[in-house]
Amino acid sequence: MIEALQFEFMRNAIIAGCFASLICGIIGSFVVVNRLVFLAGGIAHAAFGGIGIAFFFGIPYVLGTLGFSLLAAMIMTAVVLTNKHRADTFIGILWAVGMATGIILLDMTPGYNVNLMSYLFGSILAVPASDIIWMVAIGIVAVLSAIFFYRDLLAISYDDEFARLRGVPVNLIYFLYIGLVAVSIVIIIRVVGLILVIALLTIPPYIAEKYCRTLGQMMALSTVLAVVFNISGLWLAFTYNLTSGATIILVAAAGFFLSMIGDAIFLKKRTAS
Amino acid sequence: MKNSVIDVRHLNFSYQGTPVLRDVSLSIKEKEFVAFIGPNGGGKTTLIKLLLGLLTPDSGDIRIMGLPPSKVSHRIGYVPQDINLNKSFPISVMDVVLMGRLPLSRWTGVSRKDQAAAENAMAQLEILQFKNRRIDDLSGGQRGRAFIARALAADPDILFLDEPAANIDSQGKTGLYALLKELNRTKTIFVVSHDTMVLSSYVTAVACVNKDVHYHDDAEITEEMMTMSYPCPVEIIAHGIPHRILKIHEDSK
Repeated sequence: MIEALQFEFMRNAIIAGCFASLICGIIGSFVVVNRLVFLAGGIAHAAFGGIGIAFFFGIPYVLGTLGFSLLAAMIMTAVVLTNKHRADTFIGILWAVGMATGIILLDMTPGYNVNLMSYLFGSILAVPASDIIWMVAIGIVAVLSAIFFYRDLLAISYDDEFARLRGVPVNLIYFLYIGLVAVSIVIIIRVVGLILVIALLTIPPYIAEKYCRTLGQMMALSTVLAVVFNISGLWLAFTYNLTSGATIILVAAAGFFLSMIGDAIFLKKRTAS
Repeated sequence: MKNSVIDVRHLNFSYQGTPVLRDVSLSIKEKEFVAFIGPNGGGKTTLIKLLLGLLTPDSGDIRIMGLPPSKVSHRIGYVPQDINLNKSFPISVMDVVLMGRLPLSRWTGVSRKDQAAAENAMAQLEILQFKNRRIDDLSGGQRGRAFIARALAADPDILFLDEPAANIDSQGKTGLYALLKELNRTKTIFVVSHDTMVLSSYVTAVACVNKDVHYHDDAEITEEMMTMSYPCPVEIIAHGIPHRILKIHEDSK
């Protein structure tokens, strides 16, 4: 591991992994406690349409993808807020439409030949410094917004009806936060791919939730778990010459199953009540 | 002469085309202790949510202390029927009760005053010793108390409780109603409940909700009426009284 650190790409990968973990720990906790995993998956896949647009029209990746994902996210949020019971269907449709749009636009882009795999599983070992700056910026925004809106997020996530009654601007904060989810996903896809984004958004918060007494603790513990999964995944990938994104996901999944087994043995009381 | 705190005029509400409440008019005076009774699906919870401003009527007018509900919702305490929401959410009892103090300052966070108000409410409900526990580690009865503490944390003028005793044992119920009686000295209280036997000695008015609303003030209420001959199409199940369904109000369609 120490020798691996001589390589700049390895150092960049570790920094990228840590900031992706921070973003996913905070945003992912919000996503998990609000049962928005499907919506986050929808945004991540719809982002693919944005990638197609970016290539077809020759505009920068971040601009095309961010614009398209934010649009998809806002539509999904509006549907979740107005038609809760069929929101999943609607998200599923946008999910598929986004991906299909991306593929068709890439087909129609002349002389173009992108490696789809790099958007699915990312290329954390090839992160350019410019992307790291983006991730640091989003990481800081995520931390500050979680602190600033902490009480609002708690109330909205736990009991949105009561939050509304107490004058919390529920819809506004929902739109803002899901916008932040979309931005985070787009930036992280570039680095770790859309499948790893969903794994990092869901697995660490799910494990952390059971052992924490507050949302803040859950965000912190998720971040730590995500860092552990990232670094050990990277190390395994480097040592055995495996695809890094997929290795990180399998390490996280191993952590997930270990925690389930651990719960079955130690946390019987809570699952029973 | 007491002022009226709630005035409802010709309120209509339907849910997905099905009328839930029809032409409801109500006037409720300050410091009443009102029981909402009626069959399940009769619209009790819907009426509360309309009064809270969480739902918007199809037609008609609602005034709470002379203002539309959304303008005064911060002076209203609300205990929802469902206290099992979002289980496995990592939140402490203290944080749940502090929600009653919202909106909290985003810059300075929870002040000592907020903390004290929350602890005071928890002490009233005898759950202060659980303040740092996770809410889903509490029993149903304790959780019910935590939600009542949350409603009391802001010291509201009006208190709505939607089946607050559903998870509480019979001894706890008596204590709970005694507390409500005490709070009733300064607050107007609305309770949805099926415990008509217990409630009968506390309430000052009864609103019978079954699509339309029939309001009966103090003068009309006797214990007997609550438990036996109350002229509403409600189902009453109580010890020593055979299960019966009473006649429909004469002016009903």
